Amino acid sequence: MPTTYETIIGLEIHVQMNTKTKLFCTCDNDSFNKEPNTNVCEVCMGFPGTLPVTNKEAIEKGIISGLALNCTIPSTCKFDRKHYFYPDLPKGFQITQYDEPIAINGHIEITIDSKKKIIGIERLHLEDDAGKLIHANSGTLVDYNRSGTPLMEIVSKPDLRSKEEASAYARSVQQIMRFVGSSDADMEKGMMRFDLNISLRPVGSEKLGNKVEVKNLNSFRSLEKAITFEIERQTKMLEENDTIKKETRGWDAEKEISESQRSKEEAADYRYFPEPDIPPIHIDSAWSEDLKNKIPELPQAKQDRYRKVYAIDADHARIISEEFDLADFFEEMMDYTNAHFTATNLLVTDLLGMLNKEHQSITDTKIKPKQLAELANAINDNVLSTKMAKEVLPVMFETGKDPSTIIEEKGLKQVSDKHELEQICKKAIEAMPKAAEDIRNGNDKAIGALVGFVMKETKGQANPGKVNQILLSLLRH
Amino acid sequence: MSISLEEVRHVARLARLKLTADEEARFAPQLANIIDYLGMLQELNTDNVPTTSQVTGLTNVTRADIISCAPRQDELLACSPLPKEDHQLLVPSVFS
Amino acid sequence: MSYTNLTISTAHQMLSAGKISPIDLTKHCLEQIEKTDPTINACITVIKEQAIAHAEDAAKRYKNGEPRGILDGIPLSIKDVFCIRNIRTTAASHILENFVPPYDATVIGKLKNAGAIFVSKTNTDEFTCGASTETSAFGVTKNPWNTETVAGGSSGGSAASIASGQCLGSLGTDTGGSIRQPAAFCNVTGLKVTYGRVSRYGVISMASSLDTIGPLARSAEDCAHLLEIIAGFDPNDSTTPQVPLKDYSMEAKKALPKYRIGIPQEYFGDALTEETKIAVESAAKVFEKMGCTLIPLSLPHTKYAVSVYYILSPSEVSSNMSRYDGIRFGPGPKKIPDDLQEYFFAAREEGFGDEMKRRIMIGTYALSAGYYDAYYKKAQKVRTLIIRDFEEAFKNVDALLTPVSPYPAFKIGDKSQDPLQMYLADTLTIPSSLAGIPGISLPCGFTSEHLPIGLQLLSPAFTEERLLQLGFHYQTATHHHLTCAPITI
Repeated sequence: MPTTYETIIGLEIHVQMNTKTKLFCTCDNDSFNKEPNTNVCEVCMGFPGTLPVTNKEAIEKGIISGLALNCTIPSTCKFDRKHYFYPDLPKGFQITQYDEPIAINGHIEITIDSKKKIIGIERLHLEDDAGKLIHANSGTLVDYNRSGTPLMEIVSKPDLRSKEEASAYARSVQQIMRFVGSSDADMEKGMMRFDLNISLRPVGSEKLGNKVEVKNLNSFRSLEKAITFEIERQTKMLEENDTIKKETRGWDAEKEISESQRSKEEAADYRYFPEPDIPPIHIDSAWSEDLKNKIPELPQAKQDRYRKVYAIDADHARIISEEFDLADFFEEMMDYTNAHFTATNLLVTDLLGMLNKEHQSITDTKIKPKQLAELANAINDNVLSTKMAKEVLPVMFETGKDPSTIIEEKGLKQVSDKHELEQICKKAIEAMPKAAEDIRNGNDKAIGALVGFVMKETKGQANPGKVNQILLSLLRH
Repeated sequence: MSISLEEVRHVARLARLKLTADEEARFAPQLANIIDYLGMLQELNTDNVPTTSQVTGLTNVTRADIISCAPRQDELLACSPLPKEDHQLLVPSVFS
Repeated sequence: MSYTNLTISTAHQMLSAGKISPIDLTKHCLEQIEKTDPTINACITVIKEQAIAHAEDAAKRYKNGEPRGILDGIPLSIKDVFCIRNIRTTAASHILENFVPPYDATVIGKLKNAGAIFVSKTNTDEFTCGASTETSAFGVTKNPWNTETVAGGSSGGSAASIASGQCLGSLGTDTGGSIRQPAAFCNVTGLKVTYGRVSRYGVISMASSLDTIGPLARSAEDCAHLLEIIAGFDPNDSTTPQVPLKDYSMEAKKALPKYRIGIPQEYFGDALTEETKIAVESAAKVFEKMGCTLIPLSLPHTKYAVSVYYILSPSEVSSNMSRYDGIRFGPGPKKIPDDLQEYFFAAREEGFGDEMKRRIMIGTYALSAGYYDAYYKKAQKVRTLIIRDFEEAFKNVDALLTPVSPYPAFKIGDKSQDPLQMYLADTLTIPSSLAGIPGISLPCGFTSEHLPIGLQLLSPAFTEERLLQLGFHYQTATHHHLTCAPITI
């Protein structure tokens, strides 16, 4: 019987912080779409004699992010220098946190197939980013705009066991960073990057296999593809009794393969030592408590609350809780309606669908939460049929008008008046004696034709449920 | 505790210093001599002594998150000996 | 008239009284540079036109009766590790031989605001790594008292420029003795400040946890005037505490209290020359006569200081030198290789001199995997013991009195072939550097060969005013500091 293997995954996630200035100098931290080397100064270009001065906002956002990941904030953290030579690294060292990071020992909860799992977080530390290298025909071009941008490196414990878990974890970290406001975590702008640590071991074995590190994963897709690729590659090697080397591999997003990074002539030796130019940071409990109070409710907590309080569908709760503004819209809408299920449906299925089509987000819509709640109420109170509601919503989307105004303008009111409906039902029975006879004989299927007649007569404004009731009572008595 | 020729070569590489045969011959015994001298610290018992990285006793020296960089990118770029292409420095290919 | 032993205080009085003009004074200094520097080699760059232009501005201010203070119109030399906007700044290294910074060091900005005039960028050991200026890529600076001997280092150019009458004062840096020792060798007064008292921003780093910026001048009073301008918190240097500044020149002149002065026995060992010992001991007697008490004491970890220093400082040097890769500044390699790593190797091989290569290798070794605990971490711990020695001593005394150097200026070439011997030249200045405390170097006599001898006073952190006061009163009682070097006559 072939051996089955268990996959052990740990993720290092680099998240760019959204402070106004860089980590150690006062340059603009937003270099998106800026001309190369225009967002630089002597400090972030590592010029002689320059010194770093720490951005307080970055420290605070680091603490907040750590707390949101359920980390402990040690009373002291410090910066260290990590040395290597590369053209994008102006000082010849990166300022990072080696043995005393700003946050340690955290965890987050992920949900896979409605099962919850806790993923441990080893640490979160702050560091400055390097510049950007662009390959050209004539050589490599260096742009230092990104140099000095504050990064958080979030290191998970090797608790992830599958592509799905890794992806869910990474997405959850992304949401949390967005929710606490420490990063826009926009993958397309390179604000989030992954390094993957992955090894296999026979199921039941306690011993960890040799760890392979895959670098340069810039999207969720690459992350997932890289895991699939590595599982296949390593499984094959194990089956062929090859030894898996402990190594660093690079991800080629185009070919969708990982490649061994040319075996370096020497082992990396970063020669860390405490950064002498930056005094250590002491974080007392008053400071971290104060910051803790600023943390909004996080997606997982929101999701749990929505399911509990509004009894909505799990998928809907997840979708809504993932986006801060959407959750805000949802909560405001819920203040105006008891039709929780209907309103949520309108929001997630209909409104989000329309927004997606237009490549817009919830903040772009003209529809107010209260208006969508009114539409849900109209359906629930049988003022409108679901079908009619679907005529009203696009007009709301287009104009931002109240549903009541649109209903009036369109004369869309559902006919629910019993007397009125009875008259039309009698007309239907007269017009379709065969169908009426069938029903009298117990063949309920025939009722469809009669209902159809009534709907046609009322231009679709009759309440179909009521029509059904009336027809049955007229024919069975 | 002394430093071998192999180690001299290794640290030179780490530090991106390429030593000529002549430099190796000169530096290796000098460095060995120095490293031997530095070894005298080993005779001290420092088990319960804390390290000193900085002497000021300062903590939490930070600045406000306000953009205020002097715009002199062109002057800075002009300090580079390398050719410039599209306002970027052109270095030998990192992929070669 | 001769300005070669003019102090800043006197010059300011003369300028204010209209007896001389800043233009004359500046021109005189430039002429003196022209006359003496071919022999002395104190200057890497002479700042002629700009100095005269600034002197003209200063002259107008004096004429209008609105000088900016005591430093207005005073010609100074600046060690060539301070970035001055649009003035070449080399750190005496080929790797920066064409570097023109587009920014000022914080202290340079302060001196500019005070109206000081920069006449030259002075020679130093390469990146301040040395005790003789022999490691400079621009040749050795010769001692104005005897041109066969070194001027000391690393601020040898600064000390020699004052001693040869090229300027009235200078800024230097002191990491392990680099202000105090050349001051002693050249009969100049030099102040090493408390670590953090003066901003390091814009001054090319050697060893970041040890580097200090300080004045060299013809008197302790002049050092006080310079310190008043350059000291203080800098938002661009996170290691400058917000300790209140003193009115140093006023404090210096206050009557001398009956200070208890410690004489640490470890500083008077066998390595000391007899003449140095005699000169320093007689200086101690001068303080005794002024009412101070001399108290023999011990700083037991002194002998470990050189080892601690030559682990920690090269480690930080190796790190600080990493940015010199020929990419953003400096001349880069003569031929651009196709391979990136080869580019780094070529730029650094061509750019750094022997001593830099040695220190970078020692530091890289001490920080590398497997050796960090045995060297770097061990040295950090022993640094703590050395700091404690001083803390203990200052419980009982107000200051310590020692020689600056075990011997006077040595012959050029005497120690440059044996790096370890050169390192041991800083034996008496290194411990206080490790502790981050201030020290002053005062001329205290001459050898039979007319080489100056220096006296060192040390005091607790942020008590520079005490050292300046002791210096002021010593210089009131003695005249060594006003004796001119033969070259100026």
